Amino acid sequence: MSQIEKLIMQPDPAALESAVSVRHISKNYGPVEALRDLSLEFPRGQLTSLLGPSGCGKTTLLKIIAGLLEPTSGEIEVNGRKVTGPGPDRAFVFQDFALMPWANVIRNVGFGLEMRGVPTSEREAIAERYIRQVGLAGFEKSYPHELSGGMRQRVGLARALAVDAEVLLMDEPFSAVDEQTRRKFQEDLLGLVQNENKTFIFVTHSIEEAVYVSDQIAILLPRPSRVHEIIRPSSFRNKGVDNIRRDPEYLDIVDQIWASLRSYVE
Amino acid sequence: MIVYGYRLPGMSSLLLWGLLWEIVGRAGLTFFVPPLSEVVVTLFQVLGTAAFQKALFETAYAFVAGVAAAILIGIPVGILMGKSRLLDELLLPWVNVFLSAPLTALVPVLMVLFGFGMKAIIVTTTLFAIWIIILNARAGVRQINKSLVEMARSFGASPLNAFFKIYFWAALPEILGGVRIGIIRAVKGVIIGQLLISIVGFGALFELYSANFLMAHFWAVLIVLFALAFTISEFLAYLERRVSYYAAKR
Ligand SMILES: Nc1ncnc2c1ncn2[C@@H]1O[C@H](COP(=O)(O)OP(=O)(O)O)[C@@H](O)[C@H]1O
Ligand SMILES: [Mg+2]
Repeated sequence: MSQIEKLIMQPDPAALESAVSVRHISKNYGPVEALRDLSLEFPRGQLTSLLGPSGCGKTTLLKIIAGLLEPTSGEIEVNGRKVTGPGPDRAFVFQDFALMPWANVIRNVGFGLEMRGVPTSEREAIAERYIRQVGLAGFEKSYPHELSGGMRQRVGLARALAVDAEVLLMDEPFSAVDEQTRRKFQEDLLGLVQNENKTFIFVTHSIEEAVYVSDQIAILLPRPSRVHEIIRPSSFRNKGVDNIRRDPEYLDIVDQIWASLRSYVE
Repeated sequence: MIVYGYRLPGMSSLLLWGLLWEIVGRAGLTFFVPPLSEVVVTLFQVLGTAAFQKALFETAYAFVAGVAAAILIGIPVGILMGKSRLLDELLLPWVNVFLSAPLTALVPVLMVLFGFGMKAIIVTTTLFAIWIIILNARAGVRQINKSLVEMARSFGASPLNAFFKIYFWAALPEILGGVRIGIIRAVKGVIIGQLLISIVGFGALFELYSANFLMAHFWAVLIVLFALAFTISEFLAYLERRVSYYAAKR
């Protein structure tokens, strides 16, 4: 037990098994070179943030990992298997929620299961469980337009959790919700990472958010995008959600990242 | 409408126009305009006649058949055009040409092709309705939220599932809008077809009345047709509002 705790508190990247490997990925949109020879490992059971300024290719990389986009060259492995398209081992949380406006919450949450042919009653039971888990109990029959932005993203999160994929891909999931909701989300996300034993890949352009929620932060720099630096916050993760933001290491890392990025912000 | 502080029920201005019609009719200015009261009396007589009911039945039949064909062909073609670049390039110019074309001029050709009767009228009705249905279904598919398509794909939706669970529903408000306008055009189509092919339905009836100078009958049937067309259009608008309530919210 103490050994495991130690491993979590002072992770050694080499000792951690990768759930997702990105190898020499390049992606061109016509003449636009979005990614060039990008390689990155995502340790199992941890949350890795992709952090970088707007337009640096974070969404592109995430969609390539999801199998929604073909890389121009290079390959992705999830659990040792090469990615050729979307698969049940990965679930996506969209920046704009991507909910079906004509379907109520329970159908939206059950959509992934519906696509897998899970029978209606079983599907709804599972969906209800995850709706409760994200704190939306009582809203099963509501339609997306009746919910606030934060609640809609909880629906998107429940939908991704419901299919029980090992890897969760989140594209700036909290960027469209207000600041208070966002903080609550970030705390909940930490709990999720701890309890769910899933690998999270989390895109954000907020430095504070990345440092707050991540086990590992990959800083991407633009044009064409590459990994500039990998940072692994180590000491404040287990000090409780309330103490992270005033931990000296937290503050140091935020400053350090800002120093790296400031020259790329015009 | 509000007059001197009194709220009048909708369309009460029609009373004024009806009164004007009655006066012009009674003044006997022209045999072409009989008094409204006479027209109304004739209307109720006409409604009971076999000739009128046969015309109504034939019209309804041609209308329903023509509209059904337009919807069943138009929606899939529109959706496919919205999804396939190639099909779109092939068909879009024709759809646009026919949408704005004076289709009435085509009716004689249709008569030659489909015979001097019911079939030609059904085809005319379809031709009036189908183009806007195609265009709207196409527009509905094209405006679909791209991340919704990606969502379906990322959760493993098959192409068939994506079509029936995402594309169709996402495009539904536009599709219904197209169907509504298409049906309103079909009303025109079915009447124009009958007038040009004047041995069927109301075409035959109008031919009969005008050949015998039965102006009151003529106006009575016209009023019935206008009322029918207006009712259909209003009913469709009501349906559209109910079904696509979420359209504004997406
Ligand atoms: N479909 C596309 N076609 C052409 N260029 C694109 C497309 N998608 C993204 N890009 C370009 O690729 C770069 C990276 O985009 P993106 O991955 O969305 O960045 P981020 O998510 O970091 O803001 C940007 O310069 C963007 O303009
Ligand atoms: Mg992005």
